[in-house]
Amino acid sequence: MPGDLLAHLVRFARALRQEGVPVTPDQVTALARALEVLPSLDQETFRLAARATLLCRQEDMETFERLFRQVFGQGQQRPATEAGAGAWSPRPRRPLAAQAPLVPRGPDEEEGSPLAGRTFSYSPEEVLRRRRFDECTPEELALLASLVRGLRWSLPPRRSRRLRPARRTGRPDLRRTLRRSLRYGGEQLLLAWREPSRRPRRLVVLADISGSMERYTRMLLLFLHALGRSGQAMEVFLFGSRLTRVTALMRRRDPDAALAEMGRTVPDWSGGTRIGQCLHSFNRYWGKRVLGRGAVVVIISDGWDQGEPELLAAEMERLQKRCHRLLWLNPLLGLPGYQPLTRGMQAALPYVDEFLPAGNLASLESLARHLRELPATRAPRRAGAPPPRP
Amino acid sequence: MEGELLRPGDRFASPDEVAAALEAVGYIADRPLAVAVYLALKLERPLFLEGQPGVGKTAVAMALAQALDTRLIRLQCYEGLDLQSAVYEWDYARQLLEVRLLEAAGERDRDRIRRHIFSPEFLLRRPLLQALEASDGQAPVLLVDELDRADEEFEAFLLELLGDWQVTVPELGTIRAQVPPVVVVTSNRTREVHDALKRRCLYCWIDYPPFEKEYAIVLAKVPGAPERLARQVVAFAQAVRELDLYKAPGVAETLDWAAALLALDSGGLTPDLVDETLGTLLKYHDDLLRVKEELKRGLLERALARPEALA
Repeated sequence: MPGDLLAHLVRFARALRQEGVPVTPDQVTALARALEVLPSLDQETFRLAARATLLCRQEDMETFERLFRQVFGQGQQRPATEAGAGAWSPRPRRPLAAQAPLVPRGPDEEEGSPLAGRTFSYSPEEVLRRRRFDECTPEELALLASLVRGLRWSLPPRRSRRLRPARRTGRPDLRRTLRRSLRYGGEQLLLAWREPSRRPRRLVVLADISGSMERYTRMLLLFLHALGRSGQAMEVFLFGSRLTRVTALMRRRDPDAALAEMGRTVPDWSGGTRIGQCLHSFNRYWGKRVLGRGAVVVIISDGWDQGEPELLAAEMERLQKRCHRLLWLNPLLGLPGYQPLTRGMQAALPYVDEFLPAGNLASLESLARHLRELPATRAPRRAGAPPPRP
Repeated sequence: MEGELLRPGDRFASPDEVAAALEAVGYIADRPLAVAVYLALKLERPLFLEGQPGVGKTAVAMALAQALDTRLIRLQCYEGLDLQSAVYEWDYARQLLEVRLLEAAGERDRDRIRRHIFSPEFLLRRPLLQALEASDGQAPVLLVDELDRADEEFEAFLLELLGDWQVTVPELGTIRAQVPPVVVVTSNRTREVHDALKRRCLYCWIDYPPFEKEYAIVLAKVPGAPERLARQVVAFAQAVRELDLYKAPGVAETLDWAAALLALDSGGLTPDLVDETLGTLLKYHDDLLRVKEELKRGLLERALARPEALA
């Protein structure tokens, strides 16, 4: 292979990596070998060989095609979507950083302000635990955030189908039985046993970041971040008028950096809410991939929905059928006199296994308790019947 | 045997030959797939196929085995799939019995008993071991189907196996493949398979085929289907895929539907006929309702009016 081609390949791999497509040196070597074994090398074959060796995710296809055109010039007969990126690529494109509003308003705005005029009267912790997030001062929110980080989270494990050795229950383990018996010269037959092992259950969170939720969003995101950092297997999606997956950002160590990055990448902060439409995208593009094996789904929203309630009800039903438990956290629940009467809330409620408050620290703590004690069985499901109309 | 082993990679001199060989056994491969298969054979790397259910991922392995004129060994994955079901297992019931028999015959030497019952005679070979042991000098095609259903433990093991083509049975020693099998791994993406494994493979995303390809598949796979019917069936299936459905029909469903229509002896699609047989094409109630709604709005007429449906 000519040296300059190899240099091109390396440069191409580097460009891919810079755009977030992970490419290993081993994969580049594979491509180099591939080029040697191909009998004829037109541009198209070269591109396909590079694609087969360097890529391992359909979502990266678009990036790949774009960079390929850049690095190896034109001669590109087919559009990037040839392998059907349109059919299966829910990953929304990043908006320009300049376009996106920076979310964490509220507390952050105060950060640079002069100290004079600020109140330093912290409420005692006990009062603070019951104070609603939307009534807290920035200092109180900061304290709350550190308390949230201290919460202990865990979901009860699920039974896996993989078997592990057990003491005296479950199914007989012939392998160990035989070995044990050989140890005694085949004289005794001591039965050994196996039982299903336990696996952590995955938590899938869908959080509403529309305008009506604005005063709670920051604290709830911090809470999700703390949850993610505690080692809980978790997928997080944000929604308003569209759905965005932020699981990777939630893994960042620094919560403020994570939130700031979300502010840059999520397109629809503090806008309208189309819950039904967003659940539809979730069910369609992500449900199969993240709900496997008994996930617990938590929706955080006040239920103000501008979409059609029928769509919301249908998508809720579908979602509930595919998960282990469906929880709905509503920050308004617990407000004196609050009744879940909005059309959206009414449409969704028949499919919610548990309806819980999320407006203050005390309610998050009780949620943590609740998750810990989640029953191992599914909640009873309604068979396909439409929900009672209010 | 040694020295005259036939490497599967030597069978084809170009991606076009691969495509032609697959077509000869009834599998219509497009260019990206042909290149990926060719490279997988040449570089002796596994082929990793992803795509929606029913687009013919498994069929690739079957066709490849046929084209290479070799054995297909299939491992269906599921959660909890362990080495005893995937690689090997001792035949414990027979071993226990044998121990008793030996004792009854007066055998008292424990070591000899052990050596005897842990001999190949009592070994049950599961698919992965079979794939390594193929002794006729012909590399088999190993299909690891729906890897996304297996759990991470199995994936980790598979990664290791695909790296060095050997397994160790403690009682017998290490078993190494003379010729690495041709490996095809498929995934429906119900879970993300770890990148480490995918990187070791040649990756190919299989999408719903375009009209002409699907038409060719129907003609190849549903013998006796009139061309007009085949064109209409494919045009309709393609139109349905453009709707926002939960489970768009795969090629497998198109084939089922064409076969069903052929069995009903229909020469062309009519609204009633579509309505009656739609269940072979769509498998979700919501989708059925949705498509029936669209039928009332002229979906069938629009599909049949497409130029490719008339040709």
